[in-house]
Amino acid sequence: MSKRYLIRRLLLVVPVLLGTILIVFALVFLTPGDPVARLAGNKPLAPSTYNEIRTQYHLGQPFVVQYLYYLDGLVHGDLGATFTGRDVSSIISERFPVTLKLTLGAFAIEVVFGLLLAVVAAVKRRTFLDSAILVFTLFMITVPILVLGFVLQYVFGVKLHWLPVAGIRDGAASYVLPSLTLGLGLAASLGRLARSNVLDNMQGEHIRAAIARGLPRRRVVGRHVLKNSLVPIVTILGLDFAYLMGGAVITETIFNLPGLGNALITGIKTQNGPMVVGLVTLSAIIFVFTNLFVDLLCARIDPRISYE
Amino acid sequence: MSDDLLPPPESEVKPRSLTEAIAMPTGGKQLTLWGDVWHKLKRDKRFYVAAFLIAIFVLMAIAPFLFFVKDPNACAITDSTLPMSKQHWFGTDILGCDYYTRVIYGARTSLEVGVIVSSLSIVIALTFGASAGYFGGWVDTVISRWADIWFSIPTILGALLVLTLFNGGGPVLVSLVIVMFAWPDMTRLVRSTVISGKSRGYVRAARTMGSRGRRILRRHVLPNGIAPVLVFAAYVVGSSVGAEAGLTFLGVGLRLPTISWGLQLAVADTRFPEDAYLMFWPSLFLCLLIGAFILLGESLRDAMDPKLFGGDV
Amino acid sequence: MSDPVLSIDDLHVEFRTEDGVVKAVDGVSYELGKGEIIAVLGESGSGKTVHARAVLRILDTPPAHITGGRAMLGDVNLFDLDEADMREVRGARIAMLFQDPHTALDPVYTVGDQIVELLRLRRGISTKEARDQALELLERVGIPSPEGRLNAYPHQLSGGIAQRVMVAMAVALDPDVLLADEPTSSLDVTVQAQVLELLGSLVSETEMSMVLITHNLAVAVGLADRIAVMYAGQLVELGPAKEVYANPKHPYTAALLRSIPDIERRDERLPAIKGAPPNLLHPPSGCPFHPRCPYATEICLTAMPPLDEVGPEHVTACYHWDEVQR
Repeated sequence: MSKRYLIRRLLLVVPVLLGTILIVFALVFLTPGDPVARLAGNKPLAPSTYNEIRTQYHLGQPFVVQYLYYLDGLVHGDLGATFTGRDVSSIISERFPVTLKLTLGAFAIEVVFGLLLAVVAAVKRRTFLDSAILVFTLFMITVPILVLGFVLQYVFGVKLHWLPVAGIRDGAASYVLPSLTLGLGLAASLGRLARSNVLDNMQGEHIRAAIARGLPRRRVVGRHVLKNSLVPIVTILGLDFAYLMGGAVITETIFNLPGLGNALITGIKTQNGPMVVGLVTLSAIIFVFTNLFVDLLCARIDPRISYE
Repeated sequence: MSDDLLPPPESEVKPRSLTEAIAMPTGGKQLTLWGDVWHKLKRDKRFYVAAFLIAIFVLMAIAPFLFFVKDPNACAITDSTLPMSKQHWFGTDILGCDYYTRVIYGARTSLEVGVIVSSLSIVIALTFGASAGYFGGWVDTVISRWADIWFSIPTILGALLVLTLFNGGGPVLVSLVIVMFAWPDMTRLVRSTVISGKSRGYVRAARTMGSRGRRILRRHVLPNGIAPVLVFAAYVVGSSVGAEAGLTFLGVGLRLPTISWGLQLAVADTRFPEDAYLMFWPSLFLCLLIGAFILLGESLRDAMDPKLFGGDV
Repeated sequence: MSDPVLSIDDLHVEFRTEDGVVKAVDGVSYELGKGEIIAVLGESGSGKTVHARAVLRILDTPPAHITGGRAMLGDVNLFDLDEADMREVRGARIAMLFQDPHTALDPVYTVGDQIVELLRLRRGISTKEARDQALELLERVGIPSPEGRLNAYPHQLSGGIAQRVMVAMAVALDPDVLLADEPTSSLDVTVQAQVLELLGSLVSETEMSMVLITHNLAVAVGLADRIAVMYAGQLVELGPAKEVYANPKHPYTAALLRSIPDIERRDERLPAIKGAPPNLLHPPSGCPFHPRCPYATEICLTAMPPLDEVGPEHVTACYHWDEVQR
């Protein structure tokens, strides 16, 4: 990867990150109306609380200054405080482990099942197994997380009593159904993408050329097809990981997991503006950095990328 | 000099002699690009399933009376949560309304959202994506960075944020908010399609004949780049319907009196698992609608296989 | 011919598609002698590429199926070999050179990686030895400063250099036969000449035999000892290069020769072969060229003409060969 590409890519992070945070900030504070009232969900506030909020967010100042103060706070890990006086950042660190466990569980399912399905379907192309996998994965991407969560909860939790229905009291078992809910859909779309990608690459002329040189097929597939297929797969995995880390809102709601997504919903229901803003900002930051990592990784895998 | 001397991307060459009639594939008529696509589509079972389902849902949306529905607002609280019967095919919901009717009516809302989001996305993508891809330079930089920024905010989260500030809204508002965060995806797709289409032979030929940027874009690059967009649009309908259901379920999307499957699911959640049927019917319809569009996307994609379009002129 | 290196005997290859069966190669036979270069001339769809891939057994099956004939490498029929033995043949006894080096080389590995991989796996030597041999190979094909090139990725190399790399890999294991499938078609004209020269000198150095597949008559005549012309999956003319060039005895060959632009005839329209290439799904009856042939008569619609001897070592498949004018 050329140094120029690396530097360019790193520099790119800055404007995108700043821009994203600016957007989130602007959506809350720039839209017409009284931001404090909106943040408080139009509930009546005691004058002292009102003023506190105003000072905290420097609302008397021009917008740019407000934004800079906010950025300054972010850099120091300060995401503001909720109306009840708690630090948003401390709430986040409390809930982070739950989301992390859920992310890892779902991600593991995605990677293992997704790639397994892809390999089997590609190798057993045109057989019944391939078609079965295609149908199954199609089904899994169709069903929205909302529905899948409930179905799994009902079948395995309520009817069969195999797994806990909600909450995190049962240790690792609590994460099984939620991880499946998230992971199966992701595995299905990854599997389909990986399968078609691998199949396309197997048709490549350089594969035929390698076989024509007398290289064993297994090696050719294992080394040449694989590396050529990697870039889209890595990209999708990165995007999915970032999405998971941002908090799987729906899943955490259905299974009552006290993670970041759940905190977001609570924040919305209690109309706790600072909470919502902080969480969305966090999610965006995670996304930008994950994206950076993925881009650099892909440039290492495929040398053509850094030459664009 | 105009570029009318160039054949448009789809050209039908009629045989001029018996010899050529024998020489040409499919009995004398050289298939157009889109003719080829249609030919393949007609052979795909998935296309028929998808088209059938979509047709049914469209009918549900524009003419619900065709489906033996009752008045969706004729609700009697005394009839709350009755099981399925000849009178109420899906039973009744919490407020005593005929559930079957309400589920059927929900189709309109979902389709509305799906159509608005996908059409708007297409317009934005074709305008900005094509410009970014074709003109390159600072146009591309500005548009791409702008897209990157919005792309960094996950759609559901961003929509949650904005809709919270608005305290929810109607189908149009929810659609617009979804588009606000979902537009970069399709735009990027168009951009990369245009970039790879730019180097095609027919574009270089057009340019040597004096055609300028916008014209080439409109007459040559876009028609050939539209295939992946259509496929993606089908997926977008599916995912936006799912997104709306999710957002409404979480409480920030549509509100009563709009009839939405998301709302039905939210209510069903409160009575879960005792009255599980409340969950079942809207879920089923939701899955069928999303599934239909995904199937459509799949069959379109296979029919428009890039191998079909060949290489340079 | 005594002791041909490669002998193709009545080869038939079919493609089974949804729209029907295509006979891509319909009874092609010829022999290749030691140190000989045969140019196989034809347009797209003539079967020239398919027949070569059939010999090396690298066709995609399905949809392609070898339905008849033999490919004799010495005493061995290649179609009787199992995959393991065939693998031994590929690269070491028969090698193939592909048209576009930028698609035939793996874009995500360096050129050096790919050459080393070949040498290590097929010769069982260490990486270091393989690298040394790779350098020698690159020098042998005339690539300047080979050390730097080894670490280059295919897209960093020009077409000419990349194709030389492919030539290097093709001759790395000293094959008896090289199947060169349009090796210069994707190169600039000036570079084309250099690569052809390289191939020519390799052949004379090592007495390797070569099948040079091309649609370019000038390329064929410049390098080949004999020319074979293919049309619609059939072999329609075969003979010594100079003879075929001076006295073509098949209407298609004659038309090809006539369509070469001649700077002396500057006021005339470029003569093209009228009509269009045959639809192989529904091929014309009898001789496949008859719809476009100025000499065609009724007999041409009835059955494919057999190969008639029309001169020393010169055969053609035409009922009216004696009328054919250059």
